[in-house]
Amino acid sequence: MAEAKAVSVDQVTIEAYEKAKGDGVETVFDRVSRIKPCPIGAGGACCKNCAMGPCRVPAPKNREETPEEKAKRTGVCGATAETIAARNFARMVAAGASAHSDHARGVAETFLKAAKGELKDFAIKDEQKLYQLAMDLGVEIDDRDLKDIAVEVGEICLAEFGKQEGEIIFLKRAPLKRQEIWRNLGIAPRGVDREVVEMLHRTHIGVDQDYENILMHAARTSLADGWGGSMISTELQDVMFGTPEPVAGRVNLGILKKDHVNIIIHGHEPLLPEMMVIASQDPEMLKYAESKGAKGINLGGLCCSANEILMRHGIPVAGNFLQQELAITTGAVELMTVDVQCQMESLQQVASCYHTKLITTDRRARIEGAQHIQFEEERGLEVAKEILKMAIDNFANRNQDRVMIPDESKEMVVGFSHETINYLLGGMFRASYRPLNDNIINGRIRGVAGVVGCNNARVQHNSNFMVMIKELIKNDVLVLTTGCSAMAAGEMGLMTPEAALEYAGDGLRSVCEAVGIPPVLHVGSCVDNSRILMAATAMVKDGGLGDDISDLPAAGAAPEWMSEKAISIGEYFVASGVFTVFGVTWPTTNSEAVTKYLFEKYEDSLKGMWAFEQDPVKAAQMMIAHIDKKRKELGIDKARERILYDMEKRRELDAA
Amino acid sequence: MSKIIASAAIRGAHKIYDRAEAKYKEALDKFGPKQEVAFPETAYFLPIIYGILGIEVTKLEDMEQVFKIAKSLLPPPVREKVPLPYLAPALDAGMATLFVEEMELAIRYVEEPDFYLQGEECDVENGKIWLGAANDIILRKRGVEFVDGTAPGFAAIAGACDTVEQAKNLAQELQEKNLYVFMGAEHNGKKMAEQLVEAGVQIGWPTRLVPFGPGIEDVAVFALGFANRAAMSFGGLKGGEFRKILIYNKDRVFSFVLALGEVTDEWYANAAGAINWGFPTIANTPIPEVLPTGICTYEHVVSNVPIEEIVSKAVEVRGLKVTISEVPIPLAYGPAFEGERVRGDDIYLECGGGRTEAVEWVTSAEMDEVTDGKVELVGPDITDVEPGSKLPLAIKVEVAGRKMQEDYEPILERQIHHLINYAQGIMHIGQRDIAWLRVSKQAVEKGFRMTDLGKILHAKLHQDFGAIFDKCQVTVYTEQEEVEKILKMARDAYHVRDARIEGMTDETTDVFYSCTLCQSFAPNHVCIISPERTGLCGAYNWMDCKASYEINPTGPNQPVEKGEVIDPVKGQWKGCNDFLYQASRQVYDHYNFYSIVDDPMTTCGCCECIAAVLPICNGVMTVDRDYMGMTPCGMKFSTLAGTVGGGVITPGFVGHGKYNLTQRKWLAAEGGIKRLVWMPSRLKEEVMDRLKIRCEEVGIPDLYERIADETIGTTEEEIYPFLEEKKHPALEMPPILGE
Repeated sequence: MAEAKAVSVDQVTIEAYEKAKGDGVETVFDRVSRIKPCPIGAGGACCKNCAMGPCRVPAPKNREETPEEKAKRTGVCGATAETIAARNFARMVAAGASAHSDHARGVAETFLKAAKGELKDFAIKDEQKLYQLAMDLGVEIDDRDLKDIAVEVGEICLAEFGKQEGEIIFLKRAPLKRQEIWRNLGIAPRGVDREVVEMLHRTHIGVDQDYENILMHAARTSLADGWGGSMISTELQDVMFGTPEPVAGRVNLGILKKDHVNIIIHGHEPLLPEMMVIASQDPEMLKYAESKGAKGINLGGLCCSANEILMRHGIPVAGNFLQQELAITTGAVELMTVDVQCQMESLQQVASCYHTKLITTDRRARIEGAQHIQFEEERGLEVAKEILKMAIDNFANRNQDRVMIPDESKEMVVGFSHETINYLLGGMFRASYRPLNDNIINGRIRGVAGVVGCNNARVQHNSNFMVMIKELIKNDVLVLTTGCSAMAAGEMGLMTPEAALEYAGDGLRSVCEAVGIPPVLHVGSCVDNSRILMAATAMVKDGGLGDDISDLPAAGAAPEWMSEKAISIGEYFVASGVFTVFGVTWPTTNSEAVTKYLFEKYEDSLKGMWAFEQDPVKAAQMMIAHIDKKRKELGIDKARERILYDMEKRRELDAA
Repeated sequence: MSKIIASAAIRGAHKIYDRAEAKYKEALDKFGPKQEVAFPETAYFLPIIYGILGIEVTKLEDMEQVFKIAKSLLPPPVREKVPLPYLAPALDAGMATLFVEEMELAIRYVEEPDFYLQGEECDVENGKIWLGAANDIILRKRGVEFVDGTAPGFAAIAGACDTVEQAKNLAQELQEKNLYVFMGAEHNGKKMAEQLVEAGVQIGWPTRLVPFGPGIEDVAVFALGFANRAAMSFGGLKGGEFRKILIYNKDRVFSFVLALGEVTDEWYANAAGAINWGFPTIANTPIPEVLPTGICTYEHVVSNVPIEEIVSKAVEVRGLKVTISEVPIPLAYGPAFEGERVRGDDIYLECGGGRTEAVEWVTSAEMDEVTDGKVELVGPDITDVEPGSKLPLAIKVEVAGRKMQEDYEPILERQIHHLINYAQGIMHIGQRDIAWLRVSKQAVEKGFRMTDLGKILHAKLHQDFGAIFDKCQVTVYTEQEEVEKILKMARDAYHVRDARIEGMTDETTDVFYSCTLCQSFAPNHVCIISPERTGLCGAYNWMDCKASYEINPTGPNQPVEKGEVIDPVKGQWKGCNDFLYQASRQVYDHYNFYSIVDDPMTTCGCCECIAAVLPICNGVMTVDRDYMGMTPCGMKFSTLAGTVGGGVITPGFVGHGKYNLTQRKWLAAEGGIKRLVWMPSRLKEEVMDRLKIRCEEVGIPDLYERIADETIGTTEEEIYPFLEEKKHPALEMPPILGE
C-alpha cells in the first residue's frame, strides 16, 4: 500500500485515498507500486510485430557501446534499434489518432443524422458556428436552408475519414506558411483513416525500415488527428451543443452531495452526457428522486466527458484520470457511466465493493461485470432517463455509514473556446486577438504555453502540473490547458481570476486583471486541443508575431502523460511547429538516433520539435527558453518603443 | 479593465438604460410613435447608432429595436468573487450606454428644442452655452482640420477643474497642442465650460473649446457621434460597418477622455464605451488603472495624474505626436486661437477693415538685401496710442534664398492671415490690400507690440517654409505716407501675379502635382492637381503643391509627369494614371480630370462643392457645403458628401473647389459652365465676378442670369420651366448621359 501523502499533491485526493485504503479497496495508487514498468518496452526496445520475436534490442547500460555491439543490436529480421523505436513510437501515434478520430467519426455520424432530422433529441444549437464551418469547408450558404447546409457539412466531415486523395480540408485553416511546409514535405494528410492504416502497414514486419521515413509519416498521421479527426469532433460538437463561453464551475470530489443522487459521467464523448444533463433537469426525474428520499440529482463528470459538459453547462467535475476509482470509494456514487477511453477496468472491481452501479454505454468499450446499456442516439434522452432512473432507484442502497465525501471543491471559470477568446479581448464590436498579440509584443505576456495531457500514476498525482503551471505563469506565460491537465489546474485553484493576483508575474497579472480571466485558461477536452491550434493560428493571422505557428513565442507540454492519445497530440503539435516537452518517461530512449531525430532534426523540417524532461521546473524553463528564443527572433525581446503618430505616419496606414 | 472599473461601468450602464427607457416611454406617450427625431442638419441620423448598427432612427418608434439591442448588450453585474471575464461585457455595456444616451438626447431635441444652440457660437451674454450636436457643416469644416493635421484629435473633458485658473490653463494647453476640447458633465457642482466663461475665455467651435452640454451623456454622445461621422464622411465607411469605423478612429482620430473629478458609475459606463473607439481615459483622481494595451493603442485607463501634467500624459497615452509652434511673442499661439474674436470694448487697436488702409505684401529680394530676423517698425507703436485707436498698416515681408521664386510670393503671403490670427488676442481677417487687424486689450496687457507681427511671420515662415528661402525680414509700417507707398507697390505686384497665373494652362504644363494629404483620413483618395483643376478642398492650387513639394520632397505633394495624352477632352494622361494606381494602393488605375460622367476624379470628404448630373435638365448642378437646403438632385450636401466622399469614383458626381467652378476646364468634357443649371444663390453671389467673366468667355454673357437657384426651385421639375423660359444652353446640348 502506498503512503497516502505520496499519492497526490491534492489534499482531497489524499483524504479520499485514505478512505479507500480504510475500506480495503485496491486502487491505481496501490497497483502502481506492485507493477514496475518494463524497462525494455519503456525505451522502445521491444519489437513484437512478428512471431519471430518478440525481439529485445536494449542498449548497454551505463557505458558506451562499441560499433560492433551496435551492429549486432537488431531483431531477427534485421530491424535496427532505430527502426524498432520508430515503429513503436509511430504505432502509438496511430493508436492515439485512431482514438480521437473514431470518437470524431461517431460525432460526425450523429451530427449527420441530427442534421437530417432523424434524431429528435439532437439539433443545431450554434448556427453561427455552422455558417463559419460551412465557409471553411466550401459549402455554399447563400439562401440555403440551414438544414441543407448542415447535411452537407455533415457529409463532408464524415467523408474526411475515408478520403483517399487530396488533403484534409481543415489544413486550409492553418497559416499559409505552415500549409506550405506540410506540402513541401509531402506530409499533408489525405484522409484520416488512410494515414492510420498506412502507418500500421508501414510498421508491419518488413515494410518501412528507414526510421526517418517512418517518423515523417507519423507526423502526417498525427496531422490527420489534430487538423482532421480531433478538429472535426470539436467543431461538430460545438455546432450541436454550443460553442463554449465563460462559465463558472467547480472541481474535485467535494462536488458530490451527501443528500443527492450522485451520478458520475466518465469517458470522453459528449453525446450521452448532454442527454444526461437534460434528463437530470427534468422535473419528473427530480420528483422521482425526491420520492426516493433524495434532495435532488447531482451530476459529476470525470475525464473529458466532464470537460465537455463543464465547458458548455458548468456541470461540476469530480476529478481527473487518477481520481476515477476514488469517486466510487467515497461511497456516495449511485451510478457511473463510461463510454470510451481512459476508463480503468478496475472500476467494476471497485464499484462492487459499494452499492455503485457501473454502466458501460458504448458497444466498443465493454467491461466485464459491468452492466451494458447501449447508448442509441435515436432514443438519446430515453436512454439517459433510463440510466438516471436506475441511479435514483439505487439511492436507497447507499450505506451512509460508508460515505465520506471530502469537503473541498474548487471554484473555476472555464469555457475558453478560441472564438470566445476573440470576443473576450474586445467585446462585441472590437473582438480580435489584437490585445493578446499586443501584450505579447510589449512583453506583458512573455508567451503562451499549452499544458495538456493525462495523469500518470508513475508520478505524484497532479504534482508536475502544479509545479510546471505555476512556474510558467510566474514567468508571465499564459497557459492554455485541456483534459486532465485542466482539471489538475482547477483543483490547484489556478483557474480563477484571483489566481492571477496570487501566482502570475506582474505582466501576465495585469492582462488577466484587465480582461478578467484566470492565468490558466480551460480550453476543453483532449480532442479540443484542436482549439489550441486554432488559437495559435488566430494569433499568427492577427499579425506581429511572425507568419507561422513556429514563429510564435509558444510551447507545449504534457508533464504527466500516459496515453497513446497524448503522443498523437504531442506529435501533431510538433508537426504544426510547436516545441513540445513531455515528462515522466520517453518511449524512444533506446535509440539515440530516433530520439535525436525527434528532438532536433524535426526542427529543421517541421520547425517544431520534441523534448523530454522529468523535472517540471526544468521542463518549464526549457519552454520559457524556447519562448525567449522566439521573442528574440521576432525582435520583441527588447522593450518596445512607444510610437507617437504624426499626420505623416497616419497617412502611411493602410486603408481601414 | 480592472474589476472595479468593469463593475462600475456595468452598474452605470444599467442605471442609464433604465433612465433612458423611462424617458423613451414618456416621450412615446407624449408625442406618439411617429414623432420625428433627429439631430440638427445631419445626414447621419443618430450617428453613433447609425455608424455602429446601421439603423436609421428617424422616428420615435425606430428606437424600439435599438433599445432591444442595447438591452441584449447589457451584461449581468460582475460577481464579487471568481467573476466571469468582464472586459468584453463592460465594453458592450459601454456601447449600450451610448446607444440609449444618444436616443435620450434626440428626445431632448424634441422636448426642449431650445436647449442647445444651433451653430458654432455660444451666447455667453444670455447664459446659453450648450452647443449640442455639431451639424454636418461644422463637421466638414472642422473635419478638414482633422484631415490636414491642423487638429490631430480632440480631448473629451468630463467634469471640471478645482479652480477657474486651472481650467483656463488646461484649456490653453490643449489649444496650444491644437486639440479640440469637447466639454460636458460636472464635478462638485462645477462645469469646465462655465469655469472657462468665468475666466473670460472665449468658448465655442471657433476657439475649439466646445461646450456640448451639461451632462456626461452630452460630451460622450456628441463627441463620439462626431468621431463616427468623421469615419463615415472622410473614411468612406458606411453605417453599420462598426468594426471599420471603430478601428478608423483608433488609428486616425487621436482623441482621449479627460475625467476630472469623481468618476461615477455613469462616467465609467461612458468611458468604457469610448474605449471601443480606441479613446483612452486619463483621470486626475486615484481610480484603478488599465495598463495593458490592445483595444486602445496604448493604455486604456491611466489615473491620478496631476492636472498640470494631464495633457502631456494624455498625449503620450494616446500615442500622439504634437508639434508645438515656438513663437517668440508674449502671447499663446496656435491654430486653436484662430477663431477667437476681438470686439467691442476689448479692442485696443484696429487697422484696416475699411477704417484705415491695411496691406500685406511678400516680395523676394537679393540675398544681400535681407537681414534675416530683422523686424522694423516704421511709425507709432501700440503703446504710443490710446485704447480704441485706429492706425494704417502695411506689412512688408522680404525673403531671399537660392530656391526662392517669385511664384512662391503669393503662397507665403497667403500664410500671413492665419499666422497672425493664431496669436491669442489678435484677430486677423482678409489679405492683400483688404487686410483687417484687431489687437485686444488683453494682448497689449501681456506685452504685445507691433513688431511682434514681424516676429511671428519670421519664426513661422521659417518653420513651415524654410526649405524655399534662407532669409526673411519684416517691416511693419503704421505711418499713413509709408503705408500708401507700400500699398502702391503691392498692388502693382498683385496685378502681375494674377496675370501670370491666369495664363497657365494644363496643356502648357508637363508636371502636375499629387495631393494625398487626405490619405490620413481617406486612404484611397488621390487628388492630382493641375493648373486648371485646383484641389477640390479649395486649399491647394498647382502652385501651392509645387511649393509644398519643394519644401518637403517626400511629402504628400509629389510631381506627376502627365505623360502621354490618353484623352485630351476628358483629361486623362498615362503618367497620371500610373501615379494614381500606385498612390490609391491599386484601387484605381485611371480617372478623368474634366469629366463628371465618365470616371471622374475621386472625391475625399473635404470638398468645397459637389457637382451632380441632373438628367432631366440635361445639365449639372453644384452645391457648396454651407448650403443646408435640398438640391435638385434629391440630396442635401451632407448626403451627397456621404455618398461620393471617402476616396471613391462616383460617375455622375464629383467634388470640386469653388475656384475651380470658374476655371476653364471645369467639367469641360460635358461642356463646362454651359451645363450649369443650378447652384445655391449665396454661392452664385460669392463667385459672381469670376463667373460672369467665364460666361462672357463662352459667348453667353447673360448665362449667369439663366442659372437657377433655390429661389426658383429645389427639384428638377421645378427648375425646368425656368430653364426653358431662359433658354438655358444645356437644354440644347447633346444628352449628358448615354452619349
